[in-house]
Amino acid sequence: MPRTLDAKHFQAHPSDWFPRYQHRAGRILLRVLLLALVAAGAFLFLLPLAWMVSTAGKAPSLTWKVPPVWIPPDYKWQNFVESWNMLPFPRFYYNTITITLLSVAGVLVSSSLAAFAFARLKFPGRDMLFLLVLAVLMLPGQITMIPVYILYTKLGLVNTHPSLYLQSWLGDAFSIFMLRQFFMTIPLDLDDAARIDGASRFGVFLRIIVPLSKPALAVVAIFQFTFMWNNFFRPLIYINDLRLFPVALALRLFQDETRIDLQYMMAQTVVFVVPVLILFFVAQRFFIQGIVITGVKG
Amino acid sequence: MTSRSDSMFGSKRKVGAARLHVSGKHREWLLAYACLSLWFIGFMILQAGAMVYSFLLSFFHADMLTPARFIGLANYQRMLGDSLFLKSLGVTSRYALAAVPLGVTLSLLVALMLNEKLPAQGVWRTLFYVPSVVSGIAVAILWGWMFNPSVGLINSGLAVFGIQGPRWLASEQWALPAFVIMSLWGVGGNMLLYLAGLQSIPTDLYEAAKIDGATAASRFWHVTLPMLSPTLFFTTVMGIIAAFQLFTEPYVMTGGGPNNATLTAVLQIYRVSFEQFRFGYASVLAWILFAIILLCTLLVFRSSALWVYYEAELRK
Repeated sequence: MPRTLDAKHFQAHPSDWFPRYQHRAGRILLRVLLLALVAAGAFLFLLPLAWMVSTAGKAPSLTWKVPPVWIPPDYKWQNFVESWNMLPFPRFYYNTITITLLSVAGVLVSSSLAAFAFARLKFPGRDMLFLLVLAVLMLPGQITMIPVYILYTKLGLVNTHPSLYLQSWLGDAFSIFMLRQFFMTIPLDLDDAARIDGASRFGVFLRIIVPLSKPALAVVAIFQFTFMWNNFFRPLIYINDLRLFPVALALRLFQDETRIDLQYMMAQTVVFVVPVLILFFVAQRFFIQGIVITGVKG
Repeated sequence: MTSRSDSMFGSKRKVGAARLHVSGKHREWLLAYACLSLWFIGFMILQAGAMVYSFLLSFFHADMLTPARFIGLANYQRMLGDSLFLKSLGVTSRYALAAVPLGVTLSLLVALMLNEKLPAQGVWRTLFYVPSVVSGIAVAILWGWMFNPSVGLINSGLAVFGIQGPRWLASEQWALPAFVIMSLWGVGGNMLLYLAGLQSIPTDLYEAAKIDGATAASRFWHVTLPMLSPTLFFTTVMGIIAAFQLFTEPYVMTGGGPNNATLTAVLQIYRVSFEQFRFGYASVLAWILFAIILLCTLLVFRSSALWVYYEAELRK
């Protein structure tokens, strides 16, 4: 399983469709061209992010200048501070962080328990129930969104934070699927050894399965974190009270019909994006493992 | 040492204490159901129950303010004549038809390029992947400004080549293409999948092809693509499902305009539900959308027999 995106781990089978020229010079030229193409592509891809960061530090007059000034002569770091103070961002980030962390905890607990049952326990209806788990993956959210909203209204959960993370505590089909596949790769010998030593089945879960599944659990946690951090739709439907806004909803408050402070909006968007980017760079191999696990299995 | 007598397959009996005799098998069942309880509750109420409720709701007029009123098939009849919803289906379909093939093709191209031996390979792959980590609202805000006709980056870039850029999100013609272009920014995810798939193609297939005198192009068509087809299939299906559910970007960037040119199906369903509070009618719309997505997915599944090649079927 590739751990990082570097050549060392990814070069087991270089794809061989590239035309091989007889002359070494021709091959080198082709490689140089390819490198140029790749570099140009990467540059284009990063341009929007660079523009975002650049605009965040501009004085109001510069933001509307065309062609854009890439490096403002005087990068206004105070834009970040001023925009932070314009709205109750500490509150918004507190909301986002609590919702996200509670959601991640919920998914980890509920999904790993269910995956454990499917992977390790024998019981009537196991295969049928697992099929139901998979069937849910095909379900578009729009159908269940309305009845769930009505239910939450009747339960008085609208305009509260639990409406956003409660579902995470009731299992996530994708995580259950992924964790079950992973649990099944852990040798049964370890389970047996633990049981001989007197562990209960649940003890096996806590002391064998969970500690050995840290990579898979990390993937689940990272995906859920990214999803909840950026989540816009659910808060849009459920949260009306400004004090309960997550940052995703709050960012739009900069967009006023009459007056748009682009540099402030970009500054706070940068701040919003940074934690997820940091998480990505730190946990890169888990991101990639997660993507690859889900897709390569087909 | 414990005072319990224990056997791996039977029940535990505590010496000297009364204990309910439950067989090991049944204890396993109880544990399993306990572990599944959270998921099962969620499934019954929030998935299965919600689906049934939604289906029933489609026959009612329900707005949460007045008591629900049974109206039979009236909602369905209304849907057939709802030009706005039908338009949104058209918009969404056109978007999916453009974004999915383009996205798959571009991700594949990038993956093929990055699969070659290049200096600093890991760096390039990371750079292409980073944009797809930024998602949803941040993308919408950023690209909303990138497409600004006067000061946005897109038109500034075009101006460098002397091209007068269109009005993008303010133009009926160019708004949807803008969203398609924006979706291409996230090719990093699929790129990783294809890279992994490319790595797993055995080199002896290429060797055999070369011995048979296959050209590079022929090797691509007859070795690379077929071996990659399961992954392509997966990403196509996932791409279709995701494309049909486009909401955040149009909601934030254009509000569905101009003149409903970017009114996606989910956006319209959202409006009917949470701005007009017609929950019964919205349920019908949601089911229709689901049926369409299911149909497209089935079509791709069916066609897969023609173009998807599964190694395991023959070799094992």
